[in-house]
Amino acid sequence: MQNLIFLAEGTEPTEGGHAPENPLGFVPVEAALSLVVFGLLFFLIWKFVAPRFEQTFAERTQAIEGGIAAAESKQAEADAKLAELEKQLADARHEAARIREEAREQGAAIIAEMREQAQAESQRIVEHGKTQIEAERQQAVTSLRAEVGALATGLAGRIVGESLEDEARQSRVVDRFLSELEAQNGTSAGSVN
Amino acid sequence: MFGITMAASGDEFVAPGPNSFDFDAVPLFNLGGLAVTKPMVQLLLGALIVFVFFYAAARRATLVPGRLQFAGESAYGMVRNSVGRDIIGSHDFLRFVPYLVTLFFFILVNNAFASIPGIQFPTFSRASMAYALAGLSWVIYNAVGIKKHGFLGYLKLQSVPSGVSPVMYPLLVPLEFFSNILVRPVTLALRLFANMFAGHLLLILFSTGGLFLIEYGGIGYVAGPLAWVLAIAISFLELLVQFLQAYVFTLLNAMYISGALADEH
Repeated sequence: MQNLIFLAEGTEPTEGGHAPENPLGFVPVEAALSLVVFGLLFFLIWKFVAPRFEQTFAERTQAIEGGIAAAESKQAEADAKLAELEKQLADARHEAARIREEAREQGAAIIAEMREQAQAESQRIVEHGKTQIEAERQQAVTSLRAEVGALATGLAGRIVGESLEDEARQSRVVDRFLSELEAQNGTSAGSVN
Repeated sequence: MFGITMAASGDEFVAPGPNSFDFDAVPLFNLGGLAVTKPMVQLLLGALIVFVFFYAAARRATLVPGRLQFAGESAYGMVRNSVGRDIIGSHDFLRFVPYLVTLFFFILVNNAFASIPGIQFPTFSRASMAYALAGLSWVIYNAVGIKKHGFLGYLKLQSVPSGVSPVMYPLLVPLEFFSNILVRPVTLALRLFANMFAGHLLLILFSTGGLFLIEYGGIGYVAGPLAWVLAIAISFLELLVQFLQAYVFTLLNAMYISGALADEH
């Protein structure tokens, strides 16, 4: 076939009847074939290869980024939960402190009340004791009076009942009795009221 | 002069030259009057390899990749991220990724054919094939720029440097236009073509030259194997160049597109 030769100086035919070819010469068939084959290959790569690789790349990127996003949301969730728990713990501590304080106050109040009650009770008991003693004393005084009367009359009876032979002795006894009675009356009157 | 087959035969050493790249005289078969040559078949084979690899890797893409999917994703991701996203920027790069990926792996596999036993010919040492890809790149980055800025706006973007006093415009505007619009596709094509061409030429030279020296006898018994050792060393260098050229071609495409999309210089 005849080549299109641009830069050749001469194209004398050689022995074989074939012109020596310029290596820089332009061969339309070869150029056209190159373009066609390249175009075909480009079409095939563009149609069947590139989209699949790009899709795979995109999916891979998405898988990695999705994983990272999921991990981040998990982390945030865990952080929130931790904060919540810490808040709850602080609340509980606060509550416990409050209750303790309240209990302490209540305890103090109860003790004060008890003390007051005990004091009142003891006072009441003392009062009661005093009045009882007073009453008993009164009773004792009245009964003593009665007994002293009886004794006096008894003694008087005895003295009177005896023979009055000894006048001197008789007057002595009576004198003594009366002075004793007087002395006793004087002391008892002084001690009682 | 049927280069490849005749290079090392005969008494006279026939140095490899441009004819080593001329397959027109030795078509593999004819298809409806069109002589199908080896580089043409390689183009198809290269495209097939790239597509089958990526299709198999992407067919059952899962979140947790298997071995093949991981390999495919790494290859795709390398161009997508280190060329597309880093240069064009994360806003616009996605719609160019299929183009850049296709470009890189199509060129890479076709370059690698230079080192694959049984094929051993870099497809893009056929200049026309490099022209085609460079021309396509030119159309694409200019179209992208015109679509974004309008025709005049795009011309202004590419030709009028900002931050320069208007006094300098008569000097700078033609220069910028020349370098940004006219020269780019030429350098793009020639860089790829010339690297592949020269590398392959070197390999043929050392391989067939070594064989010729050994057949020649005498000092050739020492020089011949030495040439072959060099051929092996150059093969490794070529592996690097093959990758680098595919990468540079794609990288420059991304830079041109990013320049066409830029708001200001």
